[in-house]
Amino acid sequence: MKILVCISNVPDTTSKINFTDGDTKFDTNGVQFVINPNDEFGLTRAMWFKEKQGATVHVANVGGPTTEPTIRKALAIGADEAIRVNAEPTDGFFVAQQLAEVVKNGGYDLVIAGRESIDYNGGMVPGILATLLDMNFVNTCISLEVDGNNATAMREIDGGKEKISTSLPLVIGGQKGLVEESDLRIPNMRGIMMARKKALNVIEPVDAAKATQDAKFEKPAAKGAVKLVDNVDDLINLLHNEAKAI
Amino acid sequence: MRPDLFEAPDYYNLDDLFSEEHLLVRDAARQWVKRDVSPIIEEYAQKAEFPRQIIGGLAEIGAFGPYIPEEYGGAGLDQISYGLIMQEIERGDSGVRSTASVQSSLVMYPIYTYGNEAQRKKYLPKLASGEWMGSFGLTEPNHGSNPGGMETKFKDMGDHYLLNGAKLWISNSPFCDVAVVWAKNEEGRIHGLIVERGMEGFSTPETHNKWSLRASATGELIFQDVKVPKENLLEGKSGLGAPLGCLDSARYGISWGAIGAAMDCYDTALRYAKERIQFGKPIAAFQLQQKKLAEMITEITKAQLLAFRLGQLKNEGKATTAQISMAKRNNVEMAIKTAREARQILGGMGITGEYSIMRHMMNLESVITYEGTHDIHLLITGMDITGHAAFKG
Ligand SMILES: Cc1cc2nc3c(=O)[nH]c(=O)nc-3n(C[C@H](O)[C@H](O)[C@H](O)COP(=O)(O)OP(=O)(O)OC[C@H]3O[C@@H](n4cnc5c(N)ncnc54)[C@H](O)[C@@H]3O)c2cc1C
Repeated sequence: MKILVCISNVPDTTSKINFTDGDTKFDTNGVQFVINPNDEFGLTRAMWFKEKQGATVHVANVGGPTTEPTIRKALAIGADEAIRVNAEPTDGFFVAQQLAEVVKNGGYDLVIAGRESIDYNGGMVPGILATLLDMNFVNTCISLEVDGNNATAMREIDGGKEKISTSLPLVIGGQKGLVEESDLRIPNMRGIMMARKKALNVIEPVDAAKATQDAKFEKPAAKGAVKLVDNVDDLINLLHNEAKAI
Repeated sequence: MRPDLFEAPDYYNLDDLFSEEHLLVRDAARQWVKRDVSPIIEEYAQKAEFPRQIIGGLAEIGAFGPYIPEEYGGAGLDQISYGLIMQEIERGDSGVRSTASVQSSLVMYPIYTYGNEAQRKKYLPKLASGEWMGSFGLTEPNHGSNPGGMETKFKDMGDHYLLNGAKLWISNSPFCDVAVVWAKNEEGRIHGLIVERGMEGFSTPETHNKWSLRASATGELIFQDVKVPKENLLEGKSGLGAPLGCLDSARYGISWGAIGAAMDCYDTALRYAKERIQFGKPIAAFQLQQKKLAEMITEITKAQLLAFRLGQLKNEGKATTAQISMAKRNNVEMAIKTAREARQILGGMGITGEYSIMRHMMNLESVITYEGTHDIHLLITGMDITGHAAFKG
């Protein structure tokens, strides 16, 4: 089985978020980037397929040269080879078209993407990708088994789970559940050393339309000051007289 | 202990100067410390025990001899990577970093640098994987800052050496499998010998009741007519310069490690100051607390730059003993002062094991003493710039 894990490069959740250029661009200054958590669950599951079922695992990222440390980390965790499509991932449709090209050329049986990336939360890449490739698609996937050409996946649905049987070639939009947080891997030194020698192929993007453009970003309004009150009477008094809520 | 929320300060965007591999190595060590060290270290420090279960993890992140070539089980990394690993480990605990420093710089380094091929092949891979742990015996009860006066000695008995003497304050001694021991031959010249656990007459009693480096095991190395095989002599170098060469490597690592301890104290204090309300405001809004925090980040940033430049020099093989002394002395003092100020910012909370600060502060009392005391490093700088050695008064 040949697996492609699509990884996006996202700010660490502790990063301070700021915008530049009249609030149209994300300010990357001083921001630490990591593998998108949903993709990391997928990558870890792919490592399981590699170790238990002899799968080959490639990772792909659409991004500029600054995403390479994140890609190299995926190689250090154990992916066999990486592809970076040299373009800014500004729009989900554009990214999906680039990845579709990678999948077509690489002949993958299984494509594991994250349900969404935690930076822009677009959530459209895996769905568009499956459509462009005419492959089966399972979104919000929380478990995946593959036996020959058959796949069994579990989806998170409102208030429960849905078990699906499908077949390869398959695209999934994965999330936590594929593996648990405690299964995530820290690259060890041997992995880091091996990653030095693994191929990180940079390819130029194909011509593809962008369906959207960022017009403006806004940060949530700053939180107001907190007041601590000792008893219910004071609370009612404040709600009534100050907040005028009751 | 509270959950580890550490966010590393990088005020001068030093990350831009590191290579992709430096960052990968550093972040792996950082993640590992958060996952495997922070949740347990307070408990082990409180009960004064080295957490042996983390040895495998230390080996996995490359803490044992990262700059030793791959053919001997090392990772073949550069000196900046080594520094970054030490920084991250000491961010967790100076005692754990001490174990890694000793293994890398004081055991693997001399075997690699002064040992012959058979010794390298026999010891280095097992030390790199953590299967064997090592210790380094230089200090003696009567000879600390002045190791040249050591009394431990060995005699050539024809088919083996006979070793007698005692070493004190030896990190890892209670559980070490091998010890690199410095002793004088019959002519009074200092040589390194590899002593293995199990050799008759060799014992390693533990030193108890430390208030510092409690999560690191410290002890003695006692040699009573120990028969050391001749092939265990490190032939490559003799004289006091041989052990001092190892110290250069370890002190270099400490100059990075101390930054880790300081970063952790600063980060904890900054977070606490923003959250702790007194007189209706976060205490971070008071000038006196801002002064402490602003000075801390300034000093941390200076120390980071010093270590980075020293790392470049070390990579080029140009770092001098005196330059290393300056960085060790400056950065450890910076860390100890940061810890003391940070502790005050936390008020009463600062003295508890809920937070890491007091543990760092106590640990750093050892770090400022071992590998050359604060005074001795000043004398090294003094000698370097004036040409006069002032050690002997
Ligand atoms: C926790 C811990 C772990 C250690 N691990 C190891 C280890 O693994 N291996 C090892 O070999 N050693 C180890 N050491 C020993 C350490 O290196 C020594 O403690 C250190 O070198 C100082 O020696 P000393 O304690 O004998 O102090 P002394 O040398 O007696 O110094 C006492 C004081 O006198 C000052 N002083 C000494 N000489 C001068 C001078 N000429 N001018 C001015 N002031 C002077 C010193 O600065 C110090 O303030 C460890 C120590 C500790 C605390």
